[in-house]
Amino acid sequence: MTVAFWILALLLIASAIFVITAQKPVHSVAGLLAHFLFLAITYFMLSAEFLGVIQLIVYSGAILMLFVFVIALLSSGVAPFAVGPDRLPKIAAPAVVIIAILLGFVAYAVSREPAVTPALHGVASGPVGTAGVFGSVADFGHALFTLNLLPFEITAFILMVAVVGVILLAGDHVPYVPTRRRARLVESDMREAIVRAGEE
Amino acid sequence: MHANLLPVALANYVALSSVIFFIGVAGVVLRRNPLIMLMSIELMWNAANLLFLAFARAWLNNAGHIFAFLVITVAAAEAAIGLAIVVIVFRSRANVDVDEVAMMKG
Repeated sequence: MTVAFWILALLLIASAIFVITAQKPVHSVAGLLAHFLFLAITYFMLSAEFLGVIQLIVYSGAILMLFVFVIALLSSGVAPFAVGPDRLPKIAAPAVVIIAILLGFVAYAVSREPAVTPALHGVASGPVGTAGVFGSVADFGHALFTLNLLPFEITAFILMVAVVGVILLAGDHVPYVPTRRRARLVESDMREAIVRAGEE
Repeated sequence: MHANLLPVALANYVALSSVIFFIGVAGVVLRRNPLIMLMSIELMWNAANLLFLAFARAWLNNAGHIFAFLVITVAAAEAAIGLAIVVIVFRSRANVDVDEVAMMKG
């Protein structure tokens, strides 16, 4: 398990660095997909079964697909998908220094933290996934729908607000309504265009 | 090794999560492509989630799982709205550079 954790940690860090250093956004999406896969494996190692599955379905399946669609939409125009000059080379050295200092703080704080003693009582042992075993889907659902029902409902509200906001932002602001007046306008426009073409 | 103990010490998870979080911060600060900036924000969400799940495992408490679930939902909403903004801002532009979008700069 320890070896698996270190391999996963290396893969997670490597894929995260690939995400932020890749030149094309599509490559970043591929790196992010790998990152989420490794993260799901880490969640399974932490016996968070439901969250691991959700990580694969929601993140890798839905959110990354959204990214891919937006990249396809933006790069489908006449102009190539040009990326402005990045500040990555210019500020790379100071950024590495700052991040190293922050990581030093984290390491210091972690080293001062006393070892965590997990509460070993009150947890039934049994086959993975059965109710009563920590991290099982049954326990997660029970906790979500009893103690945390209100946050769950608020989550539904947040998603609805997001959907309405996206439609308002990206949708057509003036929906096309075929009326008699609009048809007359189109007709007169076409007449003018024909007359102009005849004059030229 | 007891089955209820963490496979690795909790401090390792904290360090791993902070490394991923700082990589995400670096991506937001250093890149100019809005899509890659959004992906770096996703990295930061997931670093926080990893920490939630590691602490939940250490204390054998389900609350971390619930919170991680809520975080994933909010992250999905954030990604949808962020990508919609990216689409409407850059629909008519050839260049995708966040520094050129300074309409709301004070």
